[in-house]
Amino acid sequence: MSNPAAGAQLEEQIAHWRDYLRRHRAIDSPDVAELEDHLRNQVGELSSAGLASDEAFLIAVKRLGSLDALSLEFGREHTERLWKQLVIPADADHSRASGREMLVVLVLALIAAVAIKIPGLFGFGFNQNEDFYSRNLSLFVLPVLTGYFAWKRKLGIITCVWLLLAFAAAVLLANAYPFSRQSDTAELTALHLPIALWLVVGIAYVGGNWFANGGRMNFVRFSGELFIYYVLIALGGGVLTAFTMMMFKAIGLEAGWLASDWLVPCGGMAAVIVGSWLVEAKQSVIENMAPVLTKLFTPLFTLVLLAFLATMVLTGRAINVERDVLIAFDVLLALVVALTLYAASARDVNAPPDIFDKLQLTLVVSALLADSLALAAITARISEFGFTPNRVAALGENLILLVSLAGSAWLYAQFLRRRGSFAALEQWQISYLPAYSVWAALVVAVFPPLFGYR
Amino acid sequence: MELGKDLVAASATPLVLAILAEGDSYGYAIIKRVATLSAGHLQWTDGMLYPVLHRLERQGLVSMKWGESETGRKRKYYRITKSGRLLLVTHQQQWQVVDETLRGVWIKA
Repeated sequence: MSNPAAGAQLEEQIAHWRDYLRRHRAIDSPDVAELEDHLRNQVGELSSAGLASDEAFLIAVKRLGSLDALSLEFGREHTERLWKQLVIPADADHSRASGREMLVVLVLALIAAVAIKIPGLFGFGFNQNEDFYSRNLSLFVLPVLTGYFAWKRKLGIITCVWLLLAFAAAVLLANAYPFSRQSDTAELTALHLPIALWLVVGIAYVGGNWFANGGRMNFVRFSGELFIYYVLIALGGGVLTAFTMMMFKAIGLEAGWLASDWLVPCGGMAAVIVGSWLVEAKQSVIENMAPVLTKLFTPLFTLVLLAFLATMVLTGRAINVERDVLIAFDVLLALVVALTLYAASARDVNAPPDIFDKLQLTLVVSALLADSLALAAITARISEFGFTPNRVAALGENLILLVSLAGSAWLYAQFLRRRGSFAALEQWQISYLPAYSVWAALVVAVFPPLFGYR
Repeated sequence: MELGKDLVAASATPLVLAILAEGDSYGYAIIKRVATLSAGHLQWTDGMLYPVLHRLERQGLVSMKWGESETGRKRKYYRITKSGRLLLVTHQQQWQVVDETLRGVWIKA
């Protein structure tokens, strides 16, 4: 290397190349070191033959062969690496940091597991206090989860104080109102508080800056993956519980209390923390599952909706307006919103429209059609029903989801006609996210006094 | 002259084993040795040697050990094992059979 500037440039090029190589999962870090040694030998020889170091670098890289072909060959030889091993990273440099993280996660999971038992110490057992627990369930674990992200993202003290205030307000709203027995608004609080607080978790997740580049979409991805992990962990927990009861029954002891008082509540809380940590640890490692499920179910949901609409038209049947019909359509819209969101989360923003985008638009439009039919049927008879808290909440949710989907449909259509970009659609979806939580917070804060705590 | 892909692939194992039988070596040096021996006719894509070496290692035909290069960088050295040498002998016999057979046909023609 004749001059130092060229040497520094070469080091930079090699560092780039190394980073790129590391992204291939079939190639592990000893392989990278071995290939780098090869590259440096080649560069050295070409330079001493008179080539400039950047030319030498280009030729050396070319001779190593296309990285995709190389990665394929490595993958053939090391098939086990394609089944990514999770949790224990092989890299020595990371193992200390991740060891410490594992410790933090274990402590936090323990805190969440113990927290749910603390009210029991003051005479608030699980029995007879179902109302209290259902309203406060999210408050036992979400602060801990927020704490995990506050620690992981090294949040500033001011942000932490704001997050803490949000949880304090939630505690007040869930417990200070004088709910009557069997109250509908109390039930609404139980349902809506987790949705409102999920935004608080999200703020911690994105490191305090909600508008940071890409942060919100990552939080959407995180939420989807966490849901899937939670279901998987819960399945495992179910097997563990059944096994425990079976074994103790074998020696003539009834262990049902162990399951219902300890295993299920404590495990259910700790699993949120552990699941979040797993998602964090594996985000770069394994293919995300939520988009895969989305791809699988979008065509199926579209088919069902189209069949539903066609049947309505052909048979002339009207929507049977009953108590739960609004909730059913809320669930439908929420599902469709989730499907479009997760389809967008895995999509390359710059790719041109394809058949899947058309399918997505069909899904959104048919959901909108079905929902407007339902809304028309309900508004026609709303005076008969009167305004109960449940109905107002369901109606509000329906409108919020409807606006979201209408916006998505419009932007999808623009995108398919090549008048708009996919980025605009994605932007719309993620900008709209807080609306769900804000509405949920409204339901928690305003509905009980509005409807007299009934 | 470019050799066909299948032929290059088939000759890779005996060639690598034979070069390692001359003494311990590392990836880059093996490629250089192949180029010298074949007078440049046998062109490998450099990177493809490494999966081959890793396969031979998994099969127990070569062993590897981390050492240092002249400049003090980490370098992976390979050494042929006993079973590697045994396989090399078999390969030599097989290639000889192929070689003699072809020669016989081509002389007649």
